[in-house]
Amino acid sequence: MSNIEQTVMTFPAKPEYVGVVRLVVSGIANRMGYTYDEIEDIKIAVSEACGNAVQHAYDDQEGEVKLTCGVYTDRLEMTIEDSGKTFADDVKRQAAPVEETTEIESLHEGGLGLFLIEALMDDVSINKDSGVKVTMTKLLNRDEVDQSASKISTTPSQ
Amino acid sequence: MDLAIREQVIGDQLHLYVSGEVDTYTAPKLKEVLHPAITEQNVVVHLDEVDYMDSTGLGVFVGALKIATRNEKELSLVGVTDRVNRLFELTGLHKLLSINTNVRGGTQ
Repeated sequence: MSNIEQTVMTFPAKPEYVGVVRLVVSGIANRMGYTYDEIEDIKIAVSEACGNAVQHAYDDQEGEVKLTCGVYTDRLEMTIEDSGKTFADDVKRQAAPVEETTEIESLHEGGLGLFLIEALMDDVSINKDSGVKVTMTKLLNRDEVDQSASKISTTPSQ
Repeated sequence: MDLAIREQVIGDQLHLYVSGEVDTYTAPKLKEVLHPAITEQNVVVHLDEVDYMDSTGLGVFVGALKIATRNEKELSLVGVTDRVNRLFELTGLHKLLSINTNVRGGTQ
């Protein structure tokens, strides 16, 4: 039931690779049967996590970002890890959602990334023990899972 | 997987036609064009050919809105697709930005 297929890749921690990570993950999500909108959500969440790693982990030094995709029957679990300095607490996070009364001058240009990850994924955990490890889970639509599960279970009994 | 920006002056407005993906890699390119422009004139940004955007794009528009407010200029986003608009709505930025959805080409 919960058989896991894992894809692990490492990428240079450079902005130009974030789009490549996005392509890989959208390919896997597409194969699993997520809807167009769900795949777009997954692409954004993964890009945000990668973007954080690329921008903050290694300053100007070279480093790597590791992507792990765990494919389960009912969900996709994606982990983005770096081994750089831990998430800078001095990075200002924009409080979101923004309200009409929010002073424009008080807005921050950065810091909406984590908010979006949390808004778009079903489960998010962040581990900062060594480097930063962001684990994000997107559930697969239950109806579709049930259908494919019943197809699989009838085949071997024939 | 890249970003292209075409500029056109119409009346007292600068129109920026953006196409491609706005992400960690390409957002600085948009910022480089938009931020200096909006210090001096009203800017209309056409987003109907943007097929991907994340918080890096939102950040560029937040920065542009601040510059526009300080300089008493107007920033308008037009042709915003449902996907991109969803990001503005999730973050609440649609309450502060001037956003028009599904406007085609140069018409307003």
